[in-house]
Amino acid sequence: MQVYEIKKDIYWVGAVDWLVRDFHGYSTYKGTTYNAFLMFDEKTVLFDTVKHNLCSDLVHRIRTLTDPEKIDYIVVNHVEMDHSGSLPEIVDLVKPEKIICSKMGHKNLLAHFHKPDWPYHVVENGETISVGKRSITFIETRMLHWPDSMFSYIPEEKLLISSDAFGQHLGTSERFDDEVDQSELMYQAKKYYANILYLYSPQVRKLLQSVAEAGIEIDMIAPDHGVIWRKDPGKIIKAYEDWSHHRGTKKALVIYDTMWHSTEMMAKAVADGLESTGVSVKLLDLSVNHRSEIVTDVIDAKGICLGCPTLNNGLLPAMAGFLMYLRGLRPAKKFGFAFGSYGWSGEAVKHMNKAMEDWKFDLVHEGIRVKYVPTHDDLKKCKEVGQLMGQKIIESLENQE
Amino acid sequence: MKQYRCTVCGYVYDPTNGDPDNGVKPGTAFEDIPDDWTCPICGASKDQFEPVE
Repeated sequence: MQVYEIKKDIYWVGAVDWLVRDFHGYSTYKGTTYNAFLMFDEKTVLFDTVKHNLCSDLVHRIRTLTDPEKIDYIVVNHVEMDHSGSLPEIVDLVKPEKIICSKMGHKNLLAHFHKPDWPYHVVENGETISVGKRSITFIETRMLHWPDSMFSYIPEEKLLISSDAFGQHLGTSERFDDEVDQSELMYQAKKYYANILYLYSPQVRKLLQSVAEAGIEIDMIAPDHGVIWRKDPGKIIKAYEDWSHHRGTKKALVIYDTMWHSTEMMAKAVADGLESTGVSVKLLDLSVNHRSEIVTDVIDAKGICLGCPTLNNGLLPAMAGFLMYLRGLRPAKKFGFAFGSYGWSGEAVKHMNKAMEDWKFDLVHEGIRVKYVPTHDDLKKCKEVGQLMGQKIIESLENQE
Repeated sequence: MKQYRCTVCGYVYDPTNGDPDNGVKPGTAFEDIPDDWTCPICGASKDQFEPVE
């Protein structure tokens, strides 16, 4: 099995998951990778492991380079099972001198594997350990995206091993950013941010600021999923800045579900109004678009229109589920508008407005409800609200610049 | 005494239990915790907590 030298005496020894399509509800149509790295110095250090079912790939790759028992330290940057699932087998095989983790990493490793006798070595935020000619500085990144998350930074190599941050679910035989299609790469990076990190945008901003202030030199970022940023690590840092600051673009989404096409007709009229102002629009029917892909579009859209008819005094389940998912991701700084058809009670618009008010969206209209089937005039009103939102998006972006 | 929730990770500070691992005795009101105390789960500062209604 192939191994890749990413820096002198530092190798990628992870695994490519060509099969995964559903990552706890996040669609991963391109598969993914679980990256692990092996560093040779006076001490031999393994950074992270892989998902349990691919443990033999990791072991195979380690064995092409060394006898696993020669590994001294295992660094656990993140306890989630896709990176720590192989740990019990690897610990048995390696018999490490130290398992290096953060304070929360220690707690969470105990809660996952129930092995109080493992040789834990808990590091503080900012602590540096020497491994010979080189050293490793550990940077706690709590809630990016678990309490145990941390970065390992090797200053002599300007290499940041960044755990899940800056990752992408992109399964390829290529290991580096410059070897893959750029639009695919940035889409998968954005999808990762949207589904995993969006809610922690304040922490991302703080981290980027503290890294910039500390003057840490980085010429390579090696995340735990997808390709390694060697050609242009600045590109993904800049993207994280934009996403974490909720910088919208001239783009709006009309996200809807429909029973008998009435709400769909309204959705099309709203989209038509938006389009007429020159704003880019996507019509996203919840029955054919995966929620994890919709939130990828939410992240850089400035306007969100939600359409849903009333079912049993509430929302259709697809919209209710989508709102629950989006609520957890804490979207912010957007214009909002809700609409939908109804038969006799018509509560759906109220529920969608409430959700958007909770997110402090700027609602451009109180919402449009249409009894049963829209008339030409109803659709005209929908189009006008679409136009209004389009104008507000354009104005706000002019002010942003 | 009121419970307070961390707005970053959702941890709830319960005065009945305190946070003995980090030197806050059971029975300590949220207001009486030292200002440099941080969320035991995610490290958020005290001002990032809000009362549980």
